[in-house]
Amino acid sequence: MDLENQKRVKEFAEEYGPENVVVILGAAEGEGAGLAAETVTNGDPTFAGPLTGVQLGLSVYHICEEEIKAEVDPAIYEEQVGMMEMVLDVDDISSEMKDIREQYCKY
Amino acid sequence: MLNAVIKATGYVLAHTPDMVMENGTTQTTEKVVNPNSEYLKQLPSHLRTYEQAVAYLPNQTYIGNMTPDELGEYEQPWYPHTAAKSERFGKFGEIMPEDEFYLLMQACDVFELVYLEENFVAATIEKFKAHPLMREDIIARINSGVSAETVEHFVNEEGAEPLAMNGKTVGYIKRAHDVDGNLSAHVMLENLVSKASNVLAILHLIKNAGIDPADVDYVIDCAEEACGDMNQRGGGNFAKAAAEIAGLSGASGSDVRAFCAAPAHAVIEAASLVKAGTYRNVVVCAGGCTAKLGMNGKDHVKKDMPILEDVIGGFAVLISENDGINPEIDNTVCGRHTVGTGSSPQAVITSLVANPLDKNGLKIPDIDKYAVEMQNPDITKPAGAGDVPAANYKMIAALAVKRGELERKDVATFGNTHGMVGWAPTQGHIPSGVPYLGFAREQLLAGDIEKAMIIGKGSLFLGRMTNLFDGVSFVVRKNSGKHEETAVSDDKIRKMIAEAFRGFAQDMLAEQE
Repeated sequence: MDLENQKRVKEFAEEYGPENVVVILGAAEGEGAGLAAETVTNGDPTFAGPLTGVQLGLSVYHICEEEIKAEVDPAIYEEQVGMMEMVLDVDDISSEMKDIREQYCKY
Repeated sequence: MLNAVIKATGYVLAHTPDMVMENGTTQTTEKVVNPNSEYLKQLPSHLRTYEQAVAYLPNQTYIGNMTPDELGEYEQPWYPHTAAKSERFGKFGEIMPEDEFYLLMQACDVFELVYLEENFVAATIEKFKAHPLMREDIIARINSGVSAETVEHFVNEEGAEPLAMNGKTVGYIKRAHDVDGNLSAHVMLENLVSKASNVLAILHLIKNAGIDPADVDYVIDCAEEACGDMNQRGGGNFAKAAAEIAGLSGASGSDVRAFCAAPAHAVIEAASLVKAGTYRNVVVCAGGCTAKLGMNGKDHVKKDMPILEDVIGGFAVLISENDGINPEIDNTVCGRHTVGTGSSPQAVITSLVANPLDKNGLKIPDIDKYAVEMQNPDITKPAGAGDVPAANYKMIAALAVKRGELERKDVATFGNTHGMVGWAPTQGHIPSGVPYLGFAREQLLAGDIEKAMIIGKGSLFLGRMTNLFDGVSFVVRKNSGKHEETAVSDDKIRKMIAEAFRGFAQDMLAEQE
């Protein structure tokens, strides 16, 4: 995850409390989504950014996961995400995200 | 007004493994944050030799020794394979070794900032002289070199940036100002690398086009570096600086900056300038960037792969008035991501692909080939960024399905028929649509395809000035056969009007009689 984004996630977690922050990802595949999810839960696995060794344990979802889709107006979801839903391997992304949440999510 | 044409292209790489270590930001950041890291220790053993980099399939594709379709026939990953035709020179350009590239950097330096160690110069100069495109005046710009002690002094005491060869320092770039960070040794190095790789691309372009260098009217540089001092940080004109060394004595120029979308913006601008008659021959070109060398190196080392991001990229395209032969840039089919478009992938692809086609009564499958961000998947996949071209083709296909122009079952294969595998190095602006222009020109000339769409996209947020996304697209199509000479000229119009008046006058006279 981009170092600047790590910094911003860290600042939001400090400002609003980690229990009040949900991170929504838009990564194009399972592995990338998993790495970003790991970064905001267990810390930066590449040991490069501000979240290195910081275990925020934030709630983290991908925009294509059912939990998020259910929260969005279906017409807007179709307009904004419909095309990508057809393109992405949603099952792979969802299973990767679920794995990370089960391991590291604290909220 | 007739459309401008793509008259020739040039594509070059410079293999710079030492710059991976010294100047790639992944490595320079690691040296600050984690100087004793395992990664930095392991990295040198993952660097490729020049011969390995030359034999690498995507590199041979970039310089034109094999086509994207031929590359696609090889099983991925590609790095374990060796190209059947593994040569330094290809029909589009070349892969220059690091030592010669340092000499070229010195030839491109007009402010006495690049110094090379005398033995290194002596060992390399003959090779450089033998280069088929290095003119006498370029060779004359190389000086005989400085002592090893001088090199050591400037690197250790004066804040100079080292230039290394096989890990040994063989030269340096000194700062151009004592205080101004915009003229620091680091910035001067980045800018001189960009300039030198740009010059090399232009030299190949001029050779491929077979034109007199003095016939180029204008140069547009669309790279990603900025040059200027503390009072005008992005003052610019890499274009004119490169044109000077490349010998384009009749050219002026300017720079276009738009992150990775810049080459597509620049081609549209060049085509419009030529179509309007402002200039006859415009070169769109860019050098590469040291910062991105080894960008995904951590993942490559972790997966026990070679460092594949060990080349600097450059390209140049000549856009000229219509000759009735070469492929036309049809600027009536021009896509734009506007301020109001929105940033969802769906909105982006609609604005760049569907909207311009709609305006011209075309459907998505009517375009034979789409050139998107042609990043080499060998580099991006192990880093978790996926296969970038393949993802783009899926998006275009999914949009076609939503518009009822494609069957859903054809989404997966759309990329095979209307796209290509990626072969460009991850040098930001270099992969963005334009690597295909050379092959597109050939396929359009041969009649293999009728229309290709070139798409450039850019991530503007990186500059922290706007969160907007950006992109533009244009269509290249087979020449309609009309050209400037057969088109109706001003003279011909004057003659036609004169004839009409004469006829009218004769009729009047006849009536009076």
